[in-house]
Amino acid sequence: MPANRPIDLSSRAVEGGFANPVFDAQAVFAAVLQAISRPGTVADCGSRAAPPAPLSPAQGAILLALADAETGLFVEAADAALEAWLGFQTGARLTEAAGAEIAVAGRFDRSALGRFPLGTLAYPDRSATLIVEVPSFNAGPPLRLSGPGVRGSAEIRPAGLGEGFVAARRANRALAPCGLDLLLTCGSRVLALPRSTLVEEA
Amino acid sequence: MTSTTAYNFAYLDEQTKRMIRRAILKAVAIPGYQVPFASREMPMPYGWGTGGVQVTAAIIGPDDVLKVIDQGSDDTTNAVSIRAFFARVANVAVTTKTGEATIVQTRHRIPEAPLSEGQTMVYQVPIPEPLRFLEPRETETRIMHALEEYGLMHVKLYEDIAQHGHIATTYAYPVKVEGRYVMDPSPIPKFDNPKMDDSPALQLFGAGREQRIYAIPPYTSVESLDFEDHPFAVQRFSQPCGLCGATGVYLDEIVTDDRGGRLHACSDTDYCEERRAAGHFGADGAPVPAEARP
Amino acid sequence: MYVAVKGGEAAIANAHRLLADRRRGDRSVPALTLSQIAGQLALAVDRVMAEGSLYDPELAAMAVRQSRGDLIEAIFLIRAYRTTLPRFAATRPIDTAAMVIERRISATYKDVPGGQVLGPTFDYTHRLIEPEMAEDAPVAAPARRDPPEDAGHAPRVTDILGDEALIEADGEGKGAEPADLTRTPLAFPASRDLRLQALARGDEGFLLGLGYSTQRGFGRTHPFVGEIRIGEVEVEVDLPEFGFPVVIGRVRVTECQMVSQFTGSKAVAPKFSRGYGLVFGQLERKAMAMSLVDRALRADAFDEERRAPAQDEEFVLAHCDNVQATGFVEHLKLPHYVDFQAELELLRKMRKAAGATDETVSGSKGDVEVVQ
Repeated sequence: MPANRPIDLSSRAVEGGFANPVFDAQAVFAAVLQAISRPGTVADCGSRAAPPAPLSPAQGAILLALADAETGLFVEAADAALEAWLGFQTGARLTEAAGAEIAVAGRFDRSALGRFPLGTLAYPDRSATLIVEVPSFNAGPPLRLSGPGVRGSAEIRPAGLGEGFVAARRANRALAPCGLDLLLTCGSRVLALPRSTLVEEA
Repeated sequence: MTSTTAYNFAYLDEQTKRMIRRAILKAVAIPGYQVPFASREMPMPYGWGTGGVQVTAAIIGPDDVLKVIDQGSDDTTNAVSIRAFFARVANVAVTTKTGEATIVQTRHRIPEAPLSEGQTMVYQVPIPEPLRFLEPRETETRIMHALEEYGLMHVKLYEDIAQHGHIATTYAYPVKVEGRYVMDPSPIPKFDNPKMDDSPALQLFGAGREQRIYAIPPYTSVESLDFEDHPFAVQRFSQPCGLCGATGVYLDEIVTDDRGGRLHACSDTDYCEERRAAGHFGADGAPVPAEARP
Repeated sequence: MYVAVKGGEAAIANAHRLLADRRRGDRSVPALTLSQIAGQLALAVDRVMAEGSLYDPELAAMAVRQSRGDLIEAIFLIRAYRTTLPRFAATRPIDTAAMVIERRISATYKDVPGGQVLGPTFDYTHRLIEPEMAEDAPVAAPARRDPPEDAGHAPRVTDILGDEALIEADGEGKGAEPADLTRTPLAFPASRDLRLQALARGDEGFLLGLGYSTQRGFGRTHPFVGEIRIGEVEVEVDLPEFGFPVVIGRVRVTECQMVSQFTGSKAVAPKFSRGYGLVFGQLERKAMAMSLVDRALRADAFDEERRAPAQDEEFVLAHCDNVQATGFVEHLKLPHYVDFQAELELLRKMRKAAGATDETVSGSKGDVEVVQ
């Protein structure tokens, strides 16, 4: 059972959640499933969540849809207000990066492979899903995607991924079947790069 | 227990759905790998589709259109029962037409009509571990998958060839997904295996009793295991469907009398009906009058 | 012309209607009440609660009635309901030393503090069907004795042995949050708490057979019944707001502590080992079988070679659940004609290739060939 925690009933913590938890969660999950099944496809989570900073609406919605008291959750630079919001809305406990199943991070680079669980050969599913916000899905340098879920190849242009992103993806893929799965968010939208996707500079 | 009417949407509680949804996302990210999940007891017996039902319940939304088949047919009792379950607890539209469905839950078949990008197949799986009948221990088979050690499977298939002249596995024929995991395609006839390869549809597999979920994303390589000198081949029937005249489809053999009489008819009843409605008919069927066609 | 069979929905509805009719039986006979079932078939209700893993006698009685007395079906009903229940809190471990004892026996000591209490047992009844069972003959009130001065003080026999350090400490799992196989998928090797949970929910008949097999040499454990006790214990939960545990109710349980084969080495002085059984209700046979199997499954902990089925964790845990087992065995009656067709064709082809002539091949026009 989850440890009993003091419940923060300040208005910020109780606001910004799903108006219709059952159907909102299903719709957001459907968007993420669509994104991860078809890497490169942008799916919209809608305006279902209004989380405190630094979470974007899509990040908030994804955490509401997937996290709960049984999930190890890591949010980089989470303050008390965000922790209270997550606690009230999901019951999820914030953990260290090394214990995260779902992690919201500022960026995906080589260091992420040392910080978050990568799974084991016997249980590659015991790995983290990283959620990273980017400023744009179409203003960055072109990247070519291939692998499961991609018909032939696909091109994406997310901005703000930072130096070394492609190299980090290459290193991540070399860990197969282990590795991190990546969800890029931009406002209310999500694009997935599961570990199985090959990312190259186009 | 006061009320029996207040079911959650799609029966499962939200916490259970989240747990299954997290497992599904992992499964899609690691094609062919069996993700353990804390399967719940469902109001139907283990072995009767509890894994498929849990996967469907976790993904289905109010706008989905559900088709349920068992042995290719929408009218077999267990398909009827599962379809009625979802119509009751999720109030979703149900259909028997493959083309109209967004989710097709199936036991033992893949529809004959090609699937499309907007569709998700949900397979009911009894024994998800393809190596289980070669090695009954989970602790051992997990190591084999981890080390990609599939020699045992090849030995088994080769022993078939040595004994029978060809591979004697006719259903639940093992496949390799994206060149990595050997996977059980569920007990579909090997006739259906090629439909899994490079499919535009998302394919999800649920094994309730064995607590496993696995997946094949769209456009993913699915190869049936074989040998250079004994390439994989599917069953082919020498005659067309007796009702609709279709060829290149999987047929049921129906005993029509006790004097050796047999009728061979499409196992996919929707496919057969659509063909007959379009005016096709076979040796044992009568043409549908033009005025009765849609 | 062939017409495919349709109307599955109507057939199912009619089958269920017939089932309801058969369940009710002769309408001139009064229907069973839940209090009759819970009160007079109490051990059936106990089994349903134990293997259904939900303590609710009234609900279990409903399930027994709905299932026409098919207890595995009743257990299934309880399980399917249980899984929908929200979880509010985890209780503190129950204290069986503080049990209000109705039955308590030890096979290891002639007398122990608190005494041997036979309680409501079938033991020593002569198994003769009694004519009174044919009717509602009057039943005398039970004999009562004044509670002895040390009433309420019945230390566990294993604690008595433990005071002399003759038995291994009962320390495993202390402090840690217990595992729960209904919330996390089973993985091997399993911890002892997880194994005990699986056994407590496990099928009585399966565990009885396995326990029996250990007595016949398939994983022998040299067991003595240190103690069996049956009675009610209080169930407490911690409420942080109160700062102390609160009693939320009582449950009847059966506990069996099996004092088993001693072990030791040059470094560690020999001690008896434990096998433990604890189940809801009055289910002595189940608790005893469980304790035998628990001990057998601990083979690794005592460096015993694992050779027998009862010592094989994966074998026992994967097959002890009767809801799983009955589902998978019974699913064989579902249609399998697609797979059967595949086998049929292969067999015909192989027989053809072998030049089989030992039987008349039917002249069916539907003769099928398989082209590989």
